[in-house]
Amino acid sequence: MLSIENVKSAYGRIEVLHGVTLYVGVGEIVTLIGANGAGKTTLMRAISGVQPITDGSIRFKSVPIEQQPAHARVASGISQVPEGRQVFEPLSVKDNLKLGAWRRRDGDLEQDLARVCALFPMLEAIWEMPAGALSGGQQQMLAIGRALMAKPQLLLLDEPSMGLAPNLVDHVLSVIRALKNDSLTILLVEQNARAALSIADRAYVMETGKVTLSGAAAEIQADHRVREAYLGI
Amino acid sequence: MAELLQFVFSGLTVGAIYALVALGFTLIYKASDIINFAQGEFVMLGGMTTVFVTLAGVSLPLAALIAIIVTTAIGLALHRFAIEPARGASPVALIMITIGASIFLRGVAQIIFDRRFHSLPSLFGGDPIKFGGAAILPQSLVVLASAMVIVTLLWLFIDRTLLGKAVIATAANRLAARLIGVDTRRIVDFSFAVSAAIGAIAGVLITPIALTSYDVGTLLALKGFAAAMLGGIGSALGAVVGGLLIGLFEAFAAGYLSSNYKDAVAFLIILVVLVSIPQGLFGRAKIERV
Ligand SMILES: Nc1ncnc2c1ncn2[C@@H]1O[C@H](COP(=O)(O)OP(=O)(O)OP(=O)(O)O)[C@@H](O)[C@H]1O
Ligand SMILES: [Mg+2]
Repeated sequence: MLSIENVKSAYGRIEVLHGVTLYVGVGEIVTLIGANGAGKTTLMRAISGVQPITDGSIRFKSVPIEQQPAHARVASGISQVPEGRQVFEPLSVKDNLKLGAWRRRDGDLEQDLARVCALFPMLEAIWEMPAGALSGGQQQMLAIGRALMAKPQLLLLDEPSMGLAPNLVDHVLSVIRALKNDSLTILLVEQNARAALSIADRAYVMETGKVTLSGAAAEIQADHRVREAYLGI
Repeated sequence: MAELLQFVFSGLTVGAIYALVALGFTLIYKASDIINFAQGEFVMLGGMTTVFVTLAGVSLPLAALIAIIVTTAIGLALHRFAIEPARGASPVALIMITIGASIFLRGVAQIIFDRRFHSLPSLFGGDPIKFGGAAILPQSLVVLASAMVIVTLLWLFIDRTLLGKAVIATAANRLAARLIGVDTRRIVDFSFAVSAAIGAIAGVLITPIALTSYDVGTLLALKGFAAAMLGGIGSALGAVVGGLLIGLFEAFAAGYLSSNYKDAVAFLIILVVLVSIPQGLFGRAKIERV
């Protein structure tokens, strides 16, 4: 579904992705783990088209998309839940969700709003509240719901468990599993490697702008380097 | 008392125009973080184009419509051909571009139109209406009513339409707006077009009261900017209140001190705001995201 080859990206003159290669197959949950500053967010932004790349190619459903503007990538089925949630603070929960469907021209928002509410029942009680007034957990649910409103085929999740209470982390994980069962393809970036590996099919480990390890999630979980560096065992 | 009332009326009338200019600043600033110093030229173009199109024999309402459309197109072109190619440049550089555009538009207006002062007939004649000892020009009422209509329409648009919400979303968080598929460049296009149209309408409205010429934009931009600063830059409510307040301050300064001081009011307010309340009356202190 998504195939990234030798992608390089820089902030100004400082290159932070030194040629990243990874792929995500249809219906998979792939997780990308790595320490602070490894370049995970930069890669996610490059996939969505909000971070320019200097080299390499990004293919989505076999189509090269690296030249496409961000809005075209959303229209073709890539949706991202960005790091730090990034909800539209002045707008209500409802409006945040409606805007999630901005690129869609097919109707029936009501049904999709209902679907998001079914996934995150807690949103219904705060339907008219401005997103800026929500708790971190509520904002994270909203950010995921907003991304789902675009009806994506590929969902990019950048640290969805960051700053969440443990029970909410579990809830988010169960939602991700449910989405996979709904045949959504997911690329999940996580600091919480244990959680990510527990639900992923495959995993990549990234260090300072390069993929250093990849394989089935179970293999990665068993790898002694990963156990030391990311699982604290 | 009659005198006070007179000052209040004339203050509110010009204040409504400043408010419209300030709204133009606000809209573009919200969508793009750019302070567009060519905003005053939109007002000039609205007035001057109407004047010259009527001179060519076209009726006033049609001429006004043409002027608004032409100015809107110029606003759009300003963004497309001057601002957009420089995207990624620092905000200061972009502001310099708008100052350049303002000088350019003034120069072109001087060539295409002329260097004289012009006026337009007012919609409902020039006989003042007596009210509590004060004399109100019918055009003043037209200005106030039109400004109210524009502010209301703008508010309805922003508050009630999904496109309006996309503008707010872009203003609030550009990265997230792009990630949900908003073409933020289009949103900025749109903000330039609407700001230009509002400016042009202000120009059509004010010309029967204050004369227009190729260079009226400079002072209007300054005052509109002062209004936006006073209200808190980025706040639409602030723009309206700021505009009306500056109009009132000016009218009082001109009436009770001397009309020589009128134009100094805006400068003074910019200074006072910068020093004492940089976030303005309705603005929030800008939070820089890390
Ligand atoms: N806007 C920016 N300007 C300059 N450098 C940046 C910017 N954003 C990130 N970087 C740098 O790029 C590198 C990769 O950052 P990135 O945010 O992609 O890492 P990350 O793996 O997502 O980290 P984290 O786990 O902390 O989210 C880091 O060295 C970071 O300092
Ligand atoms: Mg990150």
